[in-house]
Order: sequence, then structure tokens, then C-alpha cells
Amino acid sequence: MATQQSRSAARFMLAPAVILLLGWMLVPLIMTLWFSFRNYLPLRGGDLGWAGFDNYVRFIGSSSFWPSVQTTLIIVGGVLVITIVLGIILALLLDQPMWGQGIVRILVIAPFFVMPTVSALVWKNMFMDPVNGLFAHIWKFFGATPVEWLSQASMQSLIMIVSWQWLPFATLILLTAVQSLDSEQLEAAEMDGAPFHSRFIYMILPHLARAITIVVLIQTIFLLSIFAEIFVTTGGAFGTRTLSYLIFQRVLESQNIGLGSAGGVYAIILANIVAIFLMRIVGKNLD
Amino acid sequence: MGHIQLKQVKKSFGDVTVIPPLDLEINDGEFVVFVGPSGCGKSTLLRLIAGLEDTTAGNIEIDGKDATGLPPAKRGLAMVFQSYALYPHMSVRKNIAFPMKMAGMPKEEQDKRIAAAAKALNLTDYLDRRPGQLSGGQRQRVAIGRAIVREPAAFLFDEPLSNLDAALRVGMRMEISELHTKLATTMIYVTHDQVEAMTMADKIVVLQAGVIEQVGSPLELYRAPRNKFVAGFIGSPKMNLIEGAEAAKHNAHTIGIRPEHIDVSTTEGLWQGTVGVAEHLGSDTFMHIHGVPGCDPLTVRAGGEVGVKHGDTVWLTPNLTHLHKFDAQGLRIE
Amino acid sequence: MARAVTNNRKALNTAIAWTIGLLIFFPILWTILTSFKTEAQAISDPPVFLFFDWTLENYSVVQERSNYMRFLWNSVVIAGGSTILGLIIAVPAAWSMAFVPSKRTKDILLWMLSTKMLPAVGVLYPIYLIFIKMGILDTRTGLVIVMMLINLPIIVWMLYTYFREIPGEILEASRMDGASLKEEIIYILTPMAVPGIASTMLLNFILAWNEAFWTLNLTAAKAAPLTAFIASYSSPEGLFYAKLSAASTMAIAPILILGWFSQKQLVRGLTFGAVK
Repeated sequence: MATQQSRSAARFMLAPAVILLLGWMLVPLIMTLWFSFRNYLPLRGGDLGWAGFDNYVRFIGSSSFWPSVQTTLIIVGGVLVITIVLGIILALLLDQPMWGQGIVRILVIAPFFVMPTVSALVWKNMFMDPVNGLFAHIWKFFGATPVEWLSQASMQSLIMIVSWQWLPFATLILLTAVQSLDSEQLEAAEMDGAPFHSRFIYMILPHLARAITIVVLIQTIFLLSIFAEIFVTTGGAFGTRTLSYLIFQRVLESQNIGLGSAGGVYAIILANIVAIFLMRIVGKNLD
Repeated sequence: MGHIQLKQVKKSFGDVTVIPPLDLEINDGEFVVFVGPSGCGKSTLLRLIAGLEDTTAGNIEIDGKDATGLPPAKRGLAMVFQSYALYPHMSVRKNIAFPMKMAGMPKEEQDKRIAAAAKALNLTDYLDRRPGQLSGGQRQRVAIGRAIVREPAAFLFDEPLSNLDAALRVGMRMEISELHTKLATTMIYVTHDQVEAMTMADKIVVLQAGVIEQVGSPLELYRAPRNKFVAGFIGSPKMNLIEGAEAAKHNAHTIGIRPEHIDVSTTEGLWQGTVGVAEHLGSDTFMHIHGVPGCDPLTVRAGGEVGVKHGDTVWLTPNLTHLHKFDAQGLRIE
Repeated sequence: MARAVTNNRKALNTAIAWTIGLLIFFPILWTILTSFKTEAQAISDPPVFLFFDWTLENYSVVQERSNYMRFLWNSVVIAGGSTILGLIIAVPAAWSMAFVPSKRTKDILLWMLSTKMLPAVGVLYPIYLIFIKMGILDTRTGLVIVMMLINLPIIVWMLYTYFREIPGEILEASRMDGASLKEEIIYILTPMAVPGIASTMLLNFILAWNEAFWTLNLTAAKAAPLTAFIASYSSPEGLFYAKLSAASTMAIAPILILGWFSQKQLVRGLTFGAVK
């Protein structure tokens, strides 16, 4: 529904965004590819020539590689499951008639506004510290030995912190979807004698499918690149080293750019697998 | 001025041709109505004239100048949209002023024209309201006001009345007709409603599948439809089309007779039938007659009240001076 | 789907919802409370909740020691600048996709979003080198550009969903009324899309404010925003809970207040228009 003129205007106006993003994607990507085939050690002589596939072999052969992939997937998957399950429960709850709904909403949305470095620091020191943390006090109050959260239960702690940050997002999107559910449909089902769990499975859940898709898409994008939470809490120790963090260590801590870049290429491949998978679902679900 | 000429204008979307090459001439000051069933290409044709769509081939001339490649803003035409397309964030005054502001007209001249348009359209008290605070009829008038202040070469109306309720529609129809008489500017009006076409047009263009079936004055179309499609489309209730033996008697493949050109009798006549549904409107009675060979049901219109009811047997006599004959291709035989 | 229920049921809902709400909010509340305690009270055993000697001392110490205002200003400039720059580039792009869609529009949108999945760490060193070459390492300009680029897909996507709700006929009407493309966008589209543009700006401001990979890795002393300000407390000094809390409160307060005031638009923005 447009003329040639508006179509060429459209191309012209779309161009800056596309060119910028294409550049943002391609230039560093090509440089990373280049470095990944070099022996590049800035602090130990700089670029020492071709490395062939050495970096790739070394990176994937290192004992940290597969655990880091696993850690990445567990964190992303764990946070997704927790936020979506709790998000649905909270959304259904917040949709019920109550007093002060607006204030509860404000309370629930608050963690989303907290910057990751702050939330990680607060959780690490003021809650999870084995001596002075609030959890330690609670454990002692019940006569239990305080847990050293970030070393003994590092993954669980990390997932908990990240879930706390992302639960508001999931809840709000799901709440918006729940509120648009046709109450007459539900009432009709109730009249037909459908118990709550079948109303939930056959009516509420399908209605939420689209919202869940959005939550999965957006959260995956952000969770794959989660950084500050690990940086501040464990620094990658105690089995919390994600693929991103492993690469970060290779590049910044060991200053091995070649090796880090090879890792980067692996991370890009992993992200692309997830992206293709996600975009398929989303493309189908969004129209 | 407002002479518009389409020369071999063609429109395709991808591989689909919605308008095969067509020619049409619209004279200055004419009220032309494009009418046809939905999807016939009438709105596309209007949008081609407006410049909101490109022609795939052919030329559009406005006042003798080729306007084919001109953007909408440069064509000097004004358009009233089906949804009115008022700017919701502007007051009525600003809505009406917008085209003049775009043209860089001096402020005093703008105010003068706004006042005149508001007076003519009964909008003076509403100038400072937002479109959202107006009724459907008022919004329609704002859209018209926005169009007239520019003093365009021609007005384009895209089904402007279809969002109004029936009573308002009749009123607005008259207002637009009066406006045309007053301004004497070319108007092109798109509708799927043949009543609107018949009551408003100087010239009707009947379209089907992008093809012009007939161009003519309302009465020409009524009296001498060029083919079966136009015969069936113009006139209400629809013309009865009868095929078979009855048509063969008149050396035609199909004969057509309008409901108002059939006499009804309870005693004698040419065709015999049984009354099905009878619609009593007071001024007229429409009867659906079953049992006439070649056309079931046959619609008959009788003036005033007629004392027949469901199941009665009646005799019908067509008025042969108003008989339309069509050949096997559906074209009119004189 | 809310409907009438008895007051008892409502009271129960209220109790459960408030409990959960407060539980979720508690870490923030606890941080704010602790920021007003003395260091001794902050680690007292058992912990004190409300009945302590309220003090503002921590705030002045934090400001004095780490020059809060400079970090705050950097955050404001980076988040604000990247949002505005992103908007200037995204509005025309979103206009194109919403009103002149082609067969590839959806692919382009998904592709844009997929660039966000590119692991930042994989391209950290190249960006670092480019920044050094261009002399924009540890500058606000550099971070404005990076933040704009990483948020651009989201800005485009959100604007696109908002623009699509605007009827095309209104834009066509403005074209008939003689508006040029520029005038159409300035006088008609933008004012009509103000609520959508506002929530887009808001969400991106928050995302840029809280972003903590590029801001930590591409800044040092000069251009460091609040994320870096707070990360400096992750060293053992962080064990001074009251000061850590004061610093945290100062880092999150601006965005918390902004977010609360505008939560209605924000919720709409967060759903990317895909959930109604």
C-alpha cells in the first residue's frame, strides 16, 4: 500500500539503523575471527603470528570449556523456569481483587530497576555473608550452622539472585496477559463444572503462550550475557564460570587474545544456535 | 478547474492485476461516483488518482498536465477518508488549518477560511474540541472542512458515509450533494451502495474486478444497463433476470424486468405464481413470488398496500416496454 | 478477569499479595534501612530492624570518598544521550517498517533483535582496540555510542509495535494535505505516538543506566558511571555494610523513583506491544 516514492523513502530511512547494526555486528566479528587464528599475547610480545586452529583446539580441549557451557545453560534454564513458574503464580494472584493492588505492583516491580552490580553486592554481603549476612542470622536463630552460600551453594545462590532481578519482568508481562483474559469464558467453564486445574491447563495457559514466548525471548537475550552478577559475587569461582565469563578471563585476566577470541567464536556459535531456535518460535508467535 | 483523465491506467500488486488498463474522463465540476461490490478496485482507482498508489502503467492527467509521477501533496486534490482520518492530537481548528499551514498560507487568510468552513458546516461551536469529543457526523464534517479550505481541484471521497448510522447517512448525503452544487468543484465519490450512487451522481462508473462495466448518468444506467451485471447492481430491489423458455420467446438468452415494472393481479395475467414473503413497507409492498419458470423467487413491487398474503396465488404481467434483453454473454440486446 | 468476591476472600488475597510483595521488596528496603545505620549497628547480632540511631553520616562519607555526583552525571549523560541518539535513528526506521512493510520487514526486525544475542564478551577486545584507535576509550561519547548500538534493536522493535497501532489513513491524510515526509513525521506521527515513545525512552534509559558489561570494561576514571561506582565497593571495603548500603541506595534511587512514577507506561513498553 504505498508508492514508489514512499518505498524508496522507507529504504532510505531504514538504512542508518541497518547499516549501524550491520557494522556493529560485522566489524568486531571479523576482527574476532582474525584474532582467533593468531597467537596474540599483548603482554608477552604481542602478535606472534599464525596459530591455525590451535586456539580453537586449546579452548575446546581445556577442562573448563564444557563445564562453562553447562553452567551457562543451567543458569539460563534455571532462571527461566523459576521466573516463569513464579511469574504465572504471582500474575494470577495479583489479578485477584485486593486492597492496595497498585502498591503491591510497585513493590513487585522494584527489583527490575536495581542495577545488577548493586543487587549482586547487596545479596552477597548483606544476605549471603556467612558471618554477618541476614541469612546467617536466621540460620543461627534456628540453631543451624550458617551456610557459606556463594561457595557451598554457589549456583543456587547465583540463580536466586538473577531470578530475583528478572521475576518482576516475567510477572508484569504475564499479568498484562492474564488481565486480557476473557472472564466470561472462564465463568462459562466454571459453569460447565471445569475444576481450577483444567481451567488453568486448557484456558489460562494457552492464553499466556504468547506472553511466555516474549519472556523467554527477552530474558534469554539478557541472561546469555549475564556478567556483573558473577563478576561481583564469585568472580567465576565455585563452578559459576559461564562461557562468557571464561572468555572474559582468557581475554582480560590471562591477556590471551587469540585464545579468548576462539572462545568468543564458540560463544557466538552457541548464541546463534539459541537465537535460530528462539527466532523460529518467536517469528511464528508474533504477528 | 478539475478535469481528470485516466489513459490506459493499470495497477498490479506483484503478479495480481487489480485494474487492467482502463480509460476514463472526468469533467470539471462533475460529481462522479465509482460504485461496485467490495474488492472491485474502486478504492484502488481512487487512491491512484490521489497519488497514494503508483500506477503500474498508463497516465493520469489533471487539468491537462501529466500528474502520474507527482506525490499526493502536489496534485491539488483533497480527500475524505472512510475513517475520517482526523488528527486526534489536534483541535478541530488545527485539523482544518493543517493543509493551509502546510501550504504556508498567511495566518489571517487561514482564520478567514476556517471561519467560513466552520459556518458552512455547523462547526463553529466545536472548533476548540478534539476529534475524540465529536460525534460521527461532526467528525465527518471536520474531514470535509479540512478538504474544502484548500480549494482543491477535486474532492475525493472514499466511502465517507459507511461508518455512520442509517439516519445520519441520509442527512450527510444531502449535505455533500448541496456542497457540490454550491462549490461546483469536481467530486469523485467511492461507494458500494448503489442508492448513494443513484441519488448523488452526475455520472456513475460501475466497476467489477477492476473493469469499467458502464459509465453513464443514473437514469441511463437504470434505463439501459449495458449488461447483466449493471442490470443487477443498479436499482433496488434488484432486477429480475429470467432465463430459459420465457427468455427464448423474446429471442434472448436472458430477459430482465424490474420489480416495479410488473403488474400484479389476483385474477388474470401472463405468469402464475404463489406469494412467498411479502414485505409491507406502507408506501410499497415487495412480494417474493415462487413458481414462475426461469426465476425463483421473482420480486414484484406494488404501490401502496396490496391485499395479498403468504400462500395466495397471483398472476403477473410484465410491462414489455421496460423489458431488458441480454445475450448469452450477458450483453444487452437492443 | 477480575470479578466480584466476598470481603473475606479479598482480605486473604490482600494478605498473601502484600506478604509476597514485601518479601520481594525486602532486599531493597533492607539496603535503604542499613544505609541509615552506623557501621556497628549494621552488623549487630541480632540485626536491628527499625529501632536504631538514624544517621546520614554514611551518605556524606560516600560522597566525599568517591565523588558520587561525577558518577551520577556520567550515568545521566550515557543513559540519556544513548536513548536520544537511538531514538533519532530508530524513529525513521520504525516508520519505514510500520507503514511501508515489505516481505523482509519481519526478517529485518528479528535480525536486529538477534544482534543483541551476540555475546558481548566475544567482541570485547576488538571493540576495545577500535576505541583506543578512535581515542574514545573511557569517554562518555564512546559509551553513548555503544549503549545506543546495543539498545537500538529494542528501541526499533518497541517503536515499531507502537507505530503499527496508528492508522495508516491518518498519515495518508497528511500527505493529501500537502505534508512532506519530514512534516508527516514531525507534526502527525510523533505527537500521536508520544505515549509509546515515552515508554520506549524510559525502558531504554533504565537498560542503559543498569548496563554493567560495557560500562565496566570500557571506562576507567573519567567516564565511569554508577555501575562502576558501585563495583568499586566489591573489594573488601564492601564489608562496611552501612556505607555499601548508602552507595547502593544512591546508585539505584534515581531509577527507582523514575520507574515508580512511570510504571504504567513502562509495563506497556516491557511487553513490546506483543501482549495486550
